[in-house]
Amino acid sequence: MTLTASTRRRSGGSGLLMAAPALLLFGLFGLVPLVGVVALSLARWDGLGSIGWAGLANWGDTLTDGATWQALGLTVKVMAVSWLVQTPIALALGVFQAPRGRVRALFAVLFFLPLLLSAVAIGLTWQALLDPSFGIGATPGLHWLAQPLLGSPDLALYTVIFVIAWQFVPFHALLYQAGIRQIPTALYEAAALDGAGPVARFLHITLPQLKYTMVTSSTLMLVGSLTYFDLIFVLSGGTGGPGTATRVLPLAMYITGFQAHDMGRASAVATLLVVFGLGLSMLMTRLSGFTRMDSQQEGM
Amino acid sequence: MRRIPVDGNPGKLAGPRIRRVLASGVVLTAAITLAACGTSGPSGSAGNSSSKSLTMWALNDQTILKDSVDAYNKDHPDAKITLRLFANDDYKQKLRVAFGANQAPDIFFSWGGGALNDYVKAGKVDALTESGAGTGRFTPSVMQSATFDGKVYGVPANGLAPVVLYYNKKVLADAGVEPPKTYDDLLAAVKKLKAKDVVPISLAANSKWPTLMYLEYLLDREGGAQVFTDIAAGDAEKWKDPAVTEANQRLQELAKAGAFGDNASSVSYDQGASTALLYTGKAGMELMGTWEYANIAKAAPDFLKDGDLGYTAFPSIPGGAGDANSIVGNPSNFLSLNSATKNKSAALSYFKDYVLDDSQVDSYLAAGSVPPVKGLESKLAAVESFTDKDWLTFVYDLVQNAPGFQLSWDQALPSDQADPLLTNTDKSFLGQLAPADFGTNMSKAGS
Repeated sequence: MTLTASTRRRSGGSGLLMAAPALLLFGLFGLVPLVGVVALSLARWDGLGSIGWAGLANWGDTLTDGATWQALGLTVKVMAVSWLVQTPIALALGVFQAPRGRVRALFAVLFFLPLLLSAVAIGLTWQALLDPSFGIGATPGLHWLAQPLLGSPDLALYTVIFVIAWQFVPFHALLYQAGIRQIPTALYEAAALDGAGPVARFLHITLPQLKYTMVTSSTLMLVGSLTYFDLIFVLSGGTGGPGTATRVLPLAMYITGFQAHDMGRASAVATLLVVFGLGLSMLMTRLSGFTRMDSQQEGM
Repeated sequence: MRRIPVDGNPGKLAGPRIRRVLASGVVLTAAITLAACGTSGPSGSAGNSSSKSLTMWALNDQTILKDSVDAYNKDHPDAKITLRLFANDDYKQKLRVAFGANQAPDIFFSWGGGALNDYVKAGKVDALTESGAGTGRFTPSVMQSATFDGKVYGVPANGLAPVVLYYNKKVLADAGVEPPKTYDDLLAAVKKLKAKDVVPISLAANSKWPTLMYLEYLLDREGGAQVFTDIAAGDAEKWKDPAVTEANQRLQELAKAGAFGDNASSVSYDQGASTALLYTGKAGMELMGTWEYANIAKAAPDFLKDGDLGYTAFPSIPGGAGDANSIVGNPSNFLSLNSATKNKSAALSYFKDYVLDDSQVDSYLAAGSVPPVKGLESKLAAVESFTDKDWLTFVYDLVQNAPGFQLSWDQALPSDQADPLLTNTDKSFLGQLAPADFGTNMSKAGS
């Protein structure tokens, strides 16, 4: 056959064609709004009247406002604590679910349920559950839970992080479960022959083999918590309260834009979020060698 | 995983031609979807409606208002009003975005005050007159909330909603407490109720705006109505008035005395827990708008029937500059006219002949709500239920005798100050702010 050259060219074009829908959608719904937001951050607009030029005033206001930095601090706290809480639990659940078996499958289905609910439903449910007067704290034996878990400025953020974990641990457990099932059983068999116990097998086979799963899960977790909004919005009654104790950066952006109607400043906060998120995911991929994606199963 | 062979050649994946066809199919689908996105949106809105029909937006709890639209549509089968009802929480944002995108309804529902004035200043709302919309039949103090620069921009659409102090008669009697008449009575009542192990005053502080009601009344009693009137008129320096600081001091004094229990900051109003605390006897009192009466009637009809619900005006502050008869709250909700509407005369005839007409007034009274219409005495006298009659007369007299009816601050101020206001109120309540810092922060936000 003498098709090699033309086939290659054709398959190159077809590759581009295949990528076109994704590129088109990303361009329209990703890049265009992004450019719009950066442009708006230089403008003065209340969402109603005409748009006026503001220069760098919005940026000056945003960067010198203590509230922005407090919101950023809270966001970082949510990210870090979420990772610390979710990763071990998700890993443990993943290890538990990975082997086949009916009981495990049943538990896997039960664990998976929170992920099927919408964030608003979860928020409203937990808000009712955590109500100190009529929630679970009113149950005999559980009176120690009758505390202002969502109302105390010291506890509210951790309560929110707990509910976020409740929602997302199943997803990450699923990632780990899939990761563990990919590990060749030959490795475990060989280790067992060499006399390695379950702990040693977990530490020396499962964990190293899960490296890239962990990177994926952590990236999703960190970048996800950076932009996390809906559950916190519902749990705090749309205010990021008590006071500003749960006003993370995305919530601050929403309140500035859609409650105070200062689209310029809200766009500046949004741009800040984009830069921060982009930097974070680039850092993650670089640090973890994710882009190189070396095979862990060479020679197998 | 192996894909199912398409060309009947087992084991071989789909050839490049099929792949290309598939790919272009996907692109086509995407293009169609995108094109569809560009033209969708509410049809028949003000900007592009050609027929004689009208669109109207309101909140989904406005069932009586909906009846007036139904009545209008019955009389005008060829030029109907399409009513869309929304949940309370994000209605304001939705309306704002719709106006920004020229997709706003012809008639819209609002709270009057600063938020409505935003639209007026942007030239989005038409002024209404006595001859056009019949604005003269409504209570004048209520119309203040929709009057800007001497022109009226809305007609009241539902009942008067001043904020009053509700109490559970049984709980107060058990603790040997009389309904408080002065601030000192209130403090004394708080101590006695606390000793009885009930929450003295139920407060949904998680929602923030219920806490603001205290500051509104405390400032009004302490410093008189003029302080906030000046602030609302744009004088942000007035936030530094000593009376503002004193109002915050008293709020914090109440909180420190345990007036709101330990859990108020967790209670969200929309969950109904603050109302439930009152009618289940776990709390003694609650400060809330008159809509709470209908909520209680719905949630605990027996509590109402047994006559256990008491209500009174907010306590006075002896020595304060304010009038003890003054009230704060939401005078009413308003319906306003989008200036881009193509069918002005139809909208005006709806305002004039259907909004709060005779049957509407009767419906509101039957639901325990007093509409802001002049000369209601005879209708009130005709109400049959004693519980309702007492309540309706109380609200009507309260409004009639009030020298001033201050619109809730979060509605009265321009919307860019509403969030700083609520946040600073919450911080003051939580004790995170010194009383004097509230005014300093607000004057900064308002300037």
